[in-house]
Amino acid sequence: MPEPALFSARIQAQFPAGVLATHQFRGDDTVVVRPEALREVAQFLRDDPACACLVLSDATAVDYLKYPSGQEQSPSGTVPTTRFEVVYHLYSLEHNQRVRVKVPVEAAAPQVESLTPVWPAANWFEREIWDMFGIRFAGHPNLKRLLMYEEFDGHPLRKDYPVTKRQPLIGPAT
Amino acid sequence: MAETLLNPSSSPADTAPVAYETRDMLLNVGPQHPAMHGIIRIVVRLDGETVKGVDVEIGYLHRGFEKMCEQGGYNHAIPYTDRLNYVSPLINNVGYCMAIEKLMGLTVPERGQYIRVIMSEISRITDHLTCIGASAMELGAFTVFLYMIKAREYLWELIEMVTGARLTISYCRVGGVKADLPEGFEERTRGAIRQVREVLKECDKLLTRNRIFVDRMKGIGVLSRADALAYSVTGPFLRSTGVNYDVRKAQPYLVYDRLQFEVPLGQHGDNLDRYFCRMEEMEQSLRIVEQCLTQLPGGPIQVDDEGRPMAAAEMVDEAKMGRIQAIAGAAPVTDPTLEGTNKSFSQRVNAPAKRAVLPPKDDTYGNIEGLMQHFKLIMYGHGIRPPKGEVYQAVEGANGELGFYVVSDGTDKPYRVRVRPPCLPIMATLPIILTDDMLADIVPTFGSVNMIGGELDR
Repeated sequence: MPEPALFSARIQAQFPAGVLATHQFRGDDTVVVRPEALREVAQFLRDDPACACLVLSDATAVDYLKYPSGQEQSPSGTVPTTRFEVVYHLYSLEHNQRVRVKVPVEAAAPQVESLTPVWPAANWFEREIWDMFGIRFAGHPNLKRLLMYEEFDGHPLRKDYPVTKRQPLIGPAT
Repeated sequence: MAETLLNPSSSPADTAPVAYETRDMLLNVGPQHPAMHGIIRIVVRLDGETVKGVDVEIGYLHRGFEKMCEQGGYNHAIPYTDRLNYVSPLINNVGYCMAIEKLMGLTVPERGQYIRVIMSEISRITDHLTCIGASAMELGAFTVFLYMIKAREYLWELIEMVTGARLTISYCRVGGVKADLPEGFEERTRGAIRQVREVLKECDKLLTRNRIFVDRMKGIGVLSRADALAYSVTGPFLRSTGVNYDVRKAQPYLVYDRLQFEVPLGQHGDNLDRYFCRMEEMEQSLRIVEQCLTQLPGGPIQVDDEGRPMAAAEMVDEAKMGRIQAIAGAAPVTDPTLEGTNKSFSQRVNAPAKRAVLPPKDDTYGNIEGLMQHFKLIMYGHGIRPPKGEVYQAVEGANGELGFYVVSDGTDKPYRVRVRPPCLPIMATLPIILTDDMLADIVPTFGSVNMIGGELDR
């Protein structure tokens, strides 16, 4: 059986201006795309018959606060230019292949385009990212906290949120 | 007014049917409702008894798993993973350790891989037993619940025998498992498999052709194939719609590619098909365990005839006083709780990787290299240090694809650990599958989700 073409290579060929980097590590295929191109790349990955990534396995984010831009190589193998990265894991049933799509997100007013119209599964994943990292998703139908409560102050998975921080108890007004 | 009510025929104009104004009712189900398993709030909009809209609220069991993983070393997260899916904790252990091993490029010895498969499959059966038993109980079949919990008990006894605990097992380690299988495990397991098969047969008789059960399950909670994929539903839930996706088959890990088993598929995507899928999967898991027991490599345990047994504490005392000559070549006898971790066992189930695997206790107590290796992994500021990088490792959990996305920055603490919980996408589909069913159907449908708060809320 011939080695199947990597999705990242296909994306790079299709969107030369939109792709920032690609890399493979331990068999995981990764493509880093520009935020502006995210929606198009996602649509292409889902609809292109050679990719057919019908399943958005997972979506999450990483806060690279401890890796100031350009100074040190970040854990992901690329020099980070922004504080956050939103990470999507896609799976193609037809080709039995996975690909990781990453998008850099600026620290000031972090926002990415929502992928909920492409994969409805993104709805809750994006709500969780907003909840945990405070990254907004433009065009999301119902962007509210998923795990924490409305009165919660801050976004707990950010690296500058202290693990020992306590918040006041909430309850019905007495 | 009272007269017309008492004697309606007195005014003929009132006999014409009146179009009453109806309004939808909002009903709050949970989080204290027993069928919500304690921690889910579902707000339903009702038209009569028909569900017209659903809002699901989760997060009541959020304990900050991902944040806590960033605070300690790589091995510190293993006990936390026990508490993700607390009905099949061993699968979480395996998934997390495999993610770190992938990051480090380690391979576990064959025996260790087989043990992981055996323990994963036993956990899968306990998970399905709990799910079916609990949802049958919620429909009134209390007998099935008791029978299935009895069967689960046989399996948990095995788990207790191997790991020393029933729930908080923390059995896997990066590079292997904590200890080898105890003596007599194969025999006990074969006995347990026989007993579990009997229980499954009984429960099958009690449920599969039970009119009440089938009427409550069939055609209820239907999820279409397209919706299941779009919402990235996995596991028995996805397979009940007819999509053949099982991580064990699609991207085999450990030794699943050497084992023969079928992936049961449904057709309708309703509660009944999910029940059938789970029942058949238990039988397949039993088959897998049986094959593993037959194929389990190992051979006789190497016993060093020259080594004289000696209590480990005594040995340390001797060494402190400098009487090293007297104890040279002696084999320390460790605590019974460390059974199966001696050198001869340890090397069979753990990868020969000094940067990740704790040395066997004989070496820790017996020689300076072992002691140093132990401290290099245990002491604050030391520990496992995978290279910089990021991996995503998926395993087939009892509810579907359980994924771990780990980012390492080269230090002894994970930079980011993300769990992809199999329940979460299924819970996101609840508004679709509950709408247009009756209020009472929420209970069997929600039961078939097998929502596990620990992994859903993390």
